[in-house]
Amino acid sequence: MKLNLALAQINTKLGDVEANLAKHMDYIKQARAEKTDLLVFPELSLTGYVLQDLVASVAHQPTEDDPVFKHLLKASRDLDLVAGFVDEDSRHRFYIASAYLSGGKVLHVHHKVYLPTYGLFDEGRFFAWGDSIRAFDTRFGRVGMLICEDFWHASPPYLLWLDGADIMLFSSASPGRGLNDKEKLESARWVERVTKAYASMFTSFVAHANRVGYEDGLHFWGGATLFDPNGEEIAIGPYNEEALIFAQMDLNQLRRTRARLPLLRDERTNLVQKELNRILSRG
Amino acid sequence: MVDLTLGINTDLAREILTGFIKSEVTRIGMTHAVVGLSGGLDSALSCALAVEALGAGNVLAVRMPYKASSPDSLEHAQMLIDQLGVPCKTVEITDMVEPLFKLDPQITKMRMGNIMARERMIILFDQSEVFKGLVIGTSNKTEILLGYSTHYGDSASAMNPIGDLYKTQVRQLARAMNIPAPIIDKPPSADLWEGQTDENELGFTYDEVDKLLYLLVDQRYSPQEAVEAGFNEKFVGAVTARIRRNQFKRMQPPIAKISNRTIGYDFLYLRDWGT
Repeated sequence: MKLNLALAQINTKLGDVEANLAKHMDYIKQARAEKTDLLVFPELSLTGYVLQDLVASVAHQPTEDDPVFKHLLKASRDLDLVAGFVDEDSRHRFYIASAYLSGGKVLHVHHKVYLPTYGLFDEGRFFAWGDSIRAFDTRFGRVGMLICEDFWHASPPYLLWLDGADIMLFSSASPGRGLNDKEKLESARWVERVTKAYASMFTSFVAHANRVGYEDGLHFWGGATLFDPNGEEIAIGPYNEEALIFAQMDLNQLRRTRARLPLLRDERTNLVQKELNRILSRG
Repeated sequence: MVDLTLGINTDLAREILTGFIKSEVTRIGMTHAVVGLSGGLDSALSCALAVEALGAGNVLAVRMPYKASSPDSLEHAQMLIDQLGVPCKTVEITDMVEPLFKLDPQITKMRMGNIMARERMIILFDQSEVFKGLVIGTSNKTEILLGYSTHYGDSASAMNPIGDLYKTQVRQLARAMNIPAPIIDKPPSADLWEGQTDENELGFTYDEVDKLLYLLVDQRYSPQEAVEAGFNEKFVGAVTARIRRNQFKRMQPPIAKISNRTIGYDFLYLRDWGT
């Protein structure tokens, strides 16, 4: 089975959901023309990243009567979509979120579980922490979604793997930093290294959509990637410019790789649980 | 071992910094920029980056000599103007600042220097209105950290593309962008009085202090760790004191909080809000 993936490496307008939605619809149209099955947008693709006091005013709910999501849900009848947004729950807590839309329905919403609040980041000040990491079923098999800092920690991808995800969809709004004499920024090298490592260690597909553009002095570097279950790079987007990157996943590769390298079969989850219980019970 | 060569990928720096200028200018519906050209390295680099970002015709280079300015400064600025093909304007500041100097016979060189730097700021922001262009900053990371600038003078701008590059990195990028060699090779100077050079006034060279700043700031070394890494204790003490003492130049003035929502504390938006 083949999955035609597209990664939308877009710039966004900070706090202008209407303009960002229009860009989503434009990219959806382009992707549809290329017979895309699944189109992934970056973190906070509908709002922009450094929202600070804009958070409450850009929040939406992924429902059919929401003025933004009604358009995206309609579009998802033709192709599956992942969009980044600020989710407001019924008790007015605001989350950095990714929604997976398919066939006019919301299949899953992930709330970012790791909110970086150090260095240049201040997410914990403005957002609520997500509290679940779940894989979910799609027409292409079981999928897991993570947002930026979530996959800087090893445990969320590991949990998704154990929960059955064979396709991991990562999205970021990653500010570029660490310029030295190397070919790429330190932040770009780090993200590429770990996403490739997850694909290799979990013998899974790992796609990453990162945004581009600037917000004040921050610069987002792009460089969307897709790695296959062998850890091989299938596609990489350009740096620092908007792009729609098309890449095909041959889902049969999961079987071939895992027949050769049965890391999933041999994973000793009971041992992990036993040792985690011991470590955590030490108090 | 930390690499103290401070080498940068100049292609990547160029791409990110020109993208920044273009984004900050065009996202508010503008197309033009204004740069004060002193004849020195920092303003030459800022100007070249602005030209690459916006096109030569969209960048106004302004020369603002004082009667005691080095003739080399004007000439070097002209070399760059010719090379880049930018429109230019020369506004002498002598007649504007001299009356103020004459009001106080006790005036010091330092005060005169500050007045000249602020006069140039006034002219640039005035030209910003005439040319409908944003003022591009020309302060590098070394001088921002050391506070080697005039508050609301040369430190004032609408955006700064080179403020995260140390002076030695400014030189690398300037070479990559073909800034004329005499501008790169001459001793850095604020050119506020004859014979003034940065390194004489600061008491150390940029090569030395950039390495130390890189350890203290970028690599988060403690002053003690910097001494253990081979830097003179007195030098480390002087530089750390300078960084702390000049924090005020790097910030907006603090507002005394009395309400529930105060600008700067809990009224928080990026400048790029809505764009």
